[in-house]
Amino acid sequence: MDQSMKVSGKTVEEALDTAVREWETTIGRIEYHVLEQPRKGFLGIGAKQASIEVFLRIDPVEEAAAYLKDLVQAMNIEAEVEVKISRKHTMMEIKGSSLGLLIGKRGKTLDALQHLTNTAANKYADAKQHIIIDAENYRGKRKESLQRFAERMAGKAIRENGTIKLEPMDAAERKIIHQTLHQHKNVETTSSGKEPRRHVVITPAAKEKQK
Amino acid sequence: MKSFAYIILERIVDYPDDIDMTESEENGRVLLEVRVHPEDAGKVIGRQGKTIQAVRTLLQAKASAEGKNVRLTLLNDQK
Repeated sequence: MDQSMKVSGKTVEEALDTAVREWETTIGRIEYHVLEQPRKGFLGIGAKQASIEVFLRIDPVEEAAAYLKDLVQAMNIEAEVEVKISRKHTMMEIKGSSLGLLIGKRGKTLDALQHLTNTAANKYADAKQHIIIDAENYRGKRKESLQRFAERMAGKAIRENGTIKLEPMDAAERKIIHQTLHQHKNVETTSSGKEPRRHVVITPAAKEKQK
Repeated sequence: MKSFAYIILERIVDYPDDIDMTESEENGRVLLEVRVHPEDAGKVIGRQGKTIQAVRTLLQAKASAEGKNVRLTLLNDQK
């Protein structure tokens, strides 16, 4: 969503200057169209000001990155935010030393930063943004340990020939479990329960799937 | 804590000028009482309370680093 307003001035340029100052932005982020051309008139009689409508282009990713930087800084942590945009999602990596405070227990603080950054980004976005925030490769390491855990639990389900109910996880973590065990011929996975208690259930596969 | 809470909230809401906050502290326990514009209350709470929980998590992370506890109450919740 872009902001817009009407401004006037003696000339179009002057009106644009007013808009730049008003929004504390740069001319590059402003687009406009002329509503009324200025007229000089005769001895001031019949003179008319220029009137334009200006639009402020807001880049949701830029806004979100600035927000994340402010949050990290306010937590007294010296770090940089690196933005990587791929086709699937936008990744923001917090780079610095001793970022444990930003990650928190089981990534709780990192998830909070991610949720707030996405909320701020989507305030301006026409298409919903999905920003992933990582620090010290926490997401990558968590994925690997979830994959190992999934394999272990699949083994247990087969050995005991019974259903295994995992701890509640968020959607991203459940997806990792489902994907890991998707290739597994001997087990099936489903999700059950309501958020935030939704969890993965692993069951030994029905006979057909094993053949 | 108050200024940090303001930094967190101002980009989530549509009416940052209407954020009203009081802070009190007793024995390392910080209490933040926040009121936002009525139209912003839903945004601050978020789906299933996810946004307000995230705000609290960040506040507590910073407070813990300072050896404190923090509680945030959204006054819009209560009539």
